[in-house]
Amino acid sequence: MAVKFSDTSLKEYEEVATHYPDRRASLLPAMWIATREFGVISEEVMLYLAELVGVPASRVYEVATFYTMYPRSKRGKYHLQVCHTLSCHLRGADELKQYVEETLGLESGACSPDGLFSYAHVECLGSCHTAPVVRINDDYHENMDLPAFKAKVEELKKQG
Amino acid sequence: MSSDLQLTKRFGIENSRNIDVARKNGAYSSLEKLFQMKPTELIDEVKKSNLKGRGGAGFPTGMKWSFVPQNTGKPVYLCVNADESEPGTFTDRYIIENDPHLLIEGIICGAWALQCHTSYIYIRGEYEKQFEMLNVALAEARKAGLVGKNILGSGFDLEIWTHRGAGAYICGEETGLIESLEGKKGQPRIKPPFPAVVGLFNCPTIVNNVKTLCHIPWIIEHGGDAFAAIGTKDSTGTNIFGVSGHINNPGYWELPFGMHVPEFLEKYAKGIKGGKLKAFIPGGSSTPVLTPEETEDLYLTYESMMAHKTFLGTGGMIILNEHTDMVRALKTLTHFYADESCGQCTPCREGTSWLDRILTRMLAGEATTRELDMMVEIADNMEGRTICALAAACAMPVRSFVTKFRPDFEKYIKPAVFAGAAVS
Repeated sequence: MAVKFSDTSLKEYEEVATHYPDRRASLLPAMWIATREFGVISEEVMLYLAELVGVPASRVYEVATFYTMYPRSKRGKYHLQVCHTLSCHLRGADELKQYVEETLGLESGACSPDGLFSYAHVECLGSCHTAPVVRINDDYHENMDLPAFKAKVEELKKQG
Repeated sequence: MSSDLQLTKRFGIENSRNIDVARKNGAYSSLEKLFQMKPTELIDEVKKSNLKGRGGAGFPTGMKWSFVPQNTGKPVYLCVNADESEPGTFTDRYIIENDPHLLIEGIICGAWALQCHTSYIYIRGEYEKQFEMLNVALAEARKAGLVGKNILGSGFDLEIWTHRGAGAYICGEETGLIESLEGKKGQPRIKPPFPAVVGLFNCPTIVNNVKTLCHIPWIIEHGGDAFAAIGTKDSTGTNIFGVSGHINNPGYWELPFGMHVPEFLEKYAKGIKGGKLKAFIPGGSSTPVLTPEETEDLYLTYESMMAHKTFLGTGGMIILNEHTDMVRALKTLTHFYADESCGQCTPCREGTSWLDRILTRMLAGEATTRELDMMVEIADNMEGRTICALAAACAMPVRSFVTKFRPDFEKYIKPAVFAGAAVS
C-alpha cells in the first residue's frame, strides 16, 4: 500500500490509541493525524486507516463524510471559513460571503486555481459576540468587517 | 453573594492558564476536602445545591449522578461536553482559554463522586487552539500528580483524555457525543437505555457540560446550601450569560440567576445597537424567540423563561433590532439545522430541509400563504417524533418566528392570481 503514516505520526497515533479501551474509538484522532500528514482524506487514505485502526472501510468512509472538517478534496494554502449563522448574519457576514463569492470568485467548497485560497461557508463557529467571524486555517479572525477582511486577504495574497 | 464569582474568578489574572499561577490563586484547593468526603456525600451535596446542567436542558446534576449504578462490575465514564455548537453560545471556550485547571479540578470532583477512573473531554473540532491549551494544562496537571495514579496520595486514580470532534453540531447531544467518542458518525441513540446505565463502550456514563463541572469545586468548599442560597429557589448559583447580535457591548458576564432582562440589556450589554429591540432569543438559537413586550417582565431564570414558554437554554442571548428582516434571520437558522441534521430520523432530515427550501422560495418571492401556514404544520410534525431534540430545536424557532412576526413573512408572499393557482 502506497499511503502510510511517517514514523512520527505512527508513534503519535499508537500513543493516542492507548487512550481508549477499544482501538476502534481512535478513528477520529487517526483521521486528524491523516489530515495533517496527507492534506486530503482520499479513498486510498481511508483504506489505510481502516487497516490501521481495525475497522471496515465503510466505517471510515462514513466518518470521513459525516464530519465536515476532514478534507476530501484539496484545500488552498489558506482555507477561508466564513460563518453565516444568526449572530454573524446580524453583524454583516453576508458582505464577507459576497466578497469571497464575487471578488475572489470562489463557491463554497472550491479552491482557487493557484491553490492559494479555498472557501467554505460554515455554520456557527462559537464566537458570536465577536461576530462576524472568519476562521482561516486554524485561526479565528474576529470582528471582521468587510475592510478588515479585504485587508487580511490582500495580506495573505502578498505572503503567497 | 453577587460578587462571589465561581467560574470566572481567575479570568484576567496574567498567565491564569498556567498551573502555578492557577494554584496560587486557589485552583485545586477543593481536593483536600474532596477526598475526605464519601462519593455519596458529594452527590448529596450537589443535590442540595440544586445545580442544573448548564448545557441547555437544565437537568439536575446530583440526580443525574445518582442514576449511575455502582455494582455492575464495569468501569464508569465521565464525558465532558465541550462541543459548544448551539448558535449564540460561546462561553465554555473562555473557561478553557482562561482557566482550564478549574475544569480539570471539576472533572476530578465529578469523577470522585461517580468513582470513575477515565474521563474524556469532547471538544469541538473548530476549537483547535483550545484543544491544545487543554492538552498543555493536562500535561501540567499530570506532572503535578493531579491527574494519573494516586492523585495527591489519595489512592484515587483518574486519567483524563481530550477527544477532538470534527464539525458536527449533533455531537453536542449526549448520545451523539458518545457515538463520536467511539469513533463513529455522531448519530444519537434511542433512549432508554440512558447513558447513565449503558453509555460509552456500553458502560455507565455521565455526560456533563463544562460549566456544570466547574461549579463543583465551589460547592465542595462552600456547601450545597450556600450554592442554593444564590439566585432563586429554582435557579440556583451563577451562570455565564453571553450576548451577541445587535447590541452595543456584546460579551459575557458571570452573574447570579435572577437578573431582570431589560436591566441586563442596559447595564451589561449597554443597549440595543441600531434601533429598538425587535426580538430576543434567550438561550441559543433553538429557544423560542420573544417579542419586546414579553421581555418586560422576563428574568434570567429557568422558571421565568418557562412562564414565557421559552427556555433559558445555554444562556447565550441573541438580540435582533427593529430593522432586522426576520425571514432572512430565520433562514440562517433553518439552513443551520438542515445542514446539521444527522439524517437518521425522517421528520428531522426532511422537515429541516423542507423548511429551509420554503424560506428560499419565500425570499425569491415565490412562496404562497399556504406555504407560510405549512411551515407551522411541518414544525408541529417534526417535534417529538424523532430520536433526539434537534428536530424540536429547529421547530421551536420556526414556529415562534412565524407566529410572532407573521407580517415580516407576509411581505414576501406572492399575491395569488386566483384562488388555488399559486401552489405549483
